[in-house]
Amino acid sequence: MHVLAEANLRLNASAIDYVLLAFYFVLVLGIGYLARRQVSSSLDFLLSGRSLPAWVTGLAFISANLGAVEIMGMSANGVLYGLPTVHYFWIGAIPAMLFLGIVMMPFYYGSKVRSVPEFMRRRFGKPAHLVNGVSFAAAQILIAGANLFLLASVVNLLLGWPIWLSIVIAAVIVLSYTALGGLSAAIYNEVLQFFVIVAALLPLTIVGLVKVGGWQGLVDKVTGSPGGSEQLHSWPGDNLTGFGNNFLSVLGLVFGLGFVLSFGYWTTNFVEVQRAMASKSMSAARRTPIIGAFPKMLVPFIVIIPGMIAAVTVSEYVQDKQVLLDGGDAPTGVTPNNAILLLMRDLLPNGMLGVAIAGLLASFMAGMAANLSSFNTVVTYDIWQTYVKKDRPDGYYLRLGRRVTVVGTVLAIGTAFIASNSGNILNYLQDLFSFFNAPLFATFILGMFWKRMTPAAGWIGLVLGTASAITVWGLSQAEILGLTGQGISFVAAGTAFVVDVVVSVGVSLATKPKADKELVGLVYSLTPKETRTHDETGENAGWYRKPGLLAGIVLILTIGLNIIF
Amino acid sequence: MATESKPATRRAGAFDIRMIIALLVGVYGVVLTIMGIGFTTDADLAKAADVNINLWAGIGMLVFAILFVVWAKARPLQVPTEQPESGDAPPAGE
Repeated sequence: MHVLAEANLRLNASAIDYVLLAFYFVLVLGIGYLARRQVSSSLDFLLSGRSLPAWVTGLAFISANLGAVEIMGMSANGVLYGLPTVHYFWIGAIPAMLFLGIVMMPFYYGSKVRSVPEFMRRRFGKPAHLVNGVSFAAAQILIAGANLFLLASVVNLLLGWPIWLSIVIAAVIVLSYTALGGLSAAIYNEVLQFFVIVAALLPLTIVGLVKVGGWQGLVDKVTGSPGGSEQLHSWPGDNLTGFGNNFLSVLGLVFGLGFVLSFGYWTTNFVEVQRAMASKSMSAARRTPIIGAFPKMLVPFIVIIPGMIAAVTVSEYVQDKQVLLDGGDAPTGVTPNNAILLLMRDLLPNGMLGVAIAGLLASFMAGMAANLSSFNTVVTYDIWQTYVKKDRPDGYYLRLGRRVTVVGTVLAIGTAFIASNSGNILNYLQDLFSFFNAPLFATFILGMFWKRMTPAAGWIGLVLGTASAITVWGLSQAEILGLTGQGISFVAAGTAFVVDVVVSVGVSLATKPKADKELVGLVYSLTPKETRTHDETGENAGWYRKPGLLAGIVLILTIGLNIIF
Repeated sequence: MATESKPATRRAGAFDIRMIIALLVGVYGVVLTIMGIGFTTDADLAKAADVNINLWAGIGMLVFAILFVVWAKARPLQVPTEQPESGDAPPAGE
């Protein structure tokens, strides 16, 4: 194996950049300290006492997902695929977020469950609950570790700190505010992080656009570069799906990404749903994902466009784009993941550079804190309180929640070190865990609308659905199925969804359902209208606080964006 | 139908996340604006496609911070100490 040239990513950070960065960290820890005063019970710690306003939870909803993997990954897709990457936002997130707010939130919030696995337990009983709870907790540690490792490797590239040192320092910072202030501290910090990320990426995008000569300049340059004009239109996105057929590609995007993958992620992933559960009323809970959809619509402009700009202005990419498109290693040593960093290196003067570094680190910590704060809730309530020690006073679970946060951090550090030795294992595992989400959505949606669905169907459907996704993925990795690129995950998720539905219906018809009275609040036909709907008086009054109307506005804007681009 | 004369809310004190956001973005705005006015070299300008990005981003951040302070002052955070029931209170700022 020949050694590639080391890409030069070291940024010229000066004292003023470090001061700006340090000021951000002071506020991050300050929020943890201030949020601590609001914590007096386990529900305060693990679910913010269900007290937050909708705009706070809505921004946290987006920020929790705007972690390292998202920013680096989506700008990398911008380099490689260009505009079709917007599908991950407009098709792959918005419809599912609206669906969560309008259709599913009434059951999540109305039933007063404290977590998504807890909903599983009340609807389908313990086997399904254990499958969901344990796989979720394990996935969180894994993703937290991946975020941590990515953060450390970026700090290493940018500032030259050793990887182990950055891993430990970042973990200690995240741990101190989440262990002090619990979910409130995590959520408040996510809101702050959202604004810092925007403050970092928006100026970068603007300078980048000026540099390439405006939008038209970008269009001309991308057209002339490898990949060509296919990278300038979101549809049909053949280059993204790798299907090589317009019709199949559109079908894959709409059903694979837009329906199965994204609904599975956004509507059943407790990291996201937890933010809505922390809001102060049914109306606010329903508005949480819908308010989050407004910024989500615009995030691609400050993540994907910089990637596209980097691809045609950064000298390493100009030289090596074709090699990267072919999946090879660039002779200059850059990878698509470096896009934002290279653009910062090329364009930003000291001062703005410090803000941009703060924004990147903010996004990395946002992801990790979100994983930790949902991990401790599931372990405390769903695993410990349900299966280990049931009837303890609340103070016991509050202390436990804090300890679980510490344990989770230590495990995440361990995962990060494993990743730093063998990065590929972690990628494979992340792929695998993503397969737990696709069948989950099938199980939830059947369970919420079909009261005949039985507890046995709940867990058998999940297990077989996940197994079928893993099978498809394994066959593709072994090159028995001729799928490439993102197409693999679309097909795997679609298979899991279908298998889950078929198995669940089959098993339900053969086994005994739960009594109707046990399903009140959990199933549509058995839930009184009052507990499903929200109050529209007082601080929930006003047209701009109506979830349905807001969702309509988001939908129209999203369709408009799809037509324009 | 309020049986008490005092509204059952209290000011939430300093911990309004809007003020913390305004503090961070405001300080960044001040620093960047000063950098933009006083410490921008020709090399910096050439790097950023002749845009004085520190100055413009700084001004933008200052405007943003001021808007957030105005919002927080105009609609202060209300924390209910009893059951929230009064419908005649002005809508809380969120």
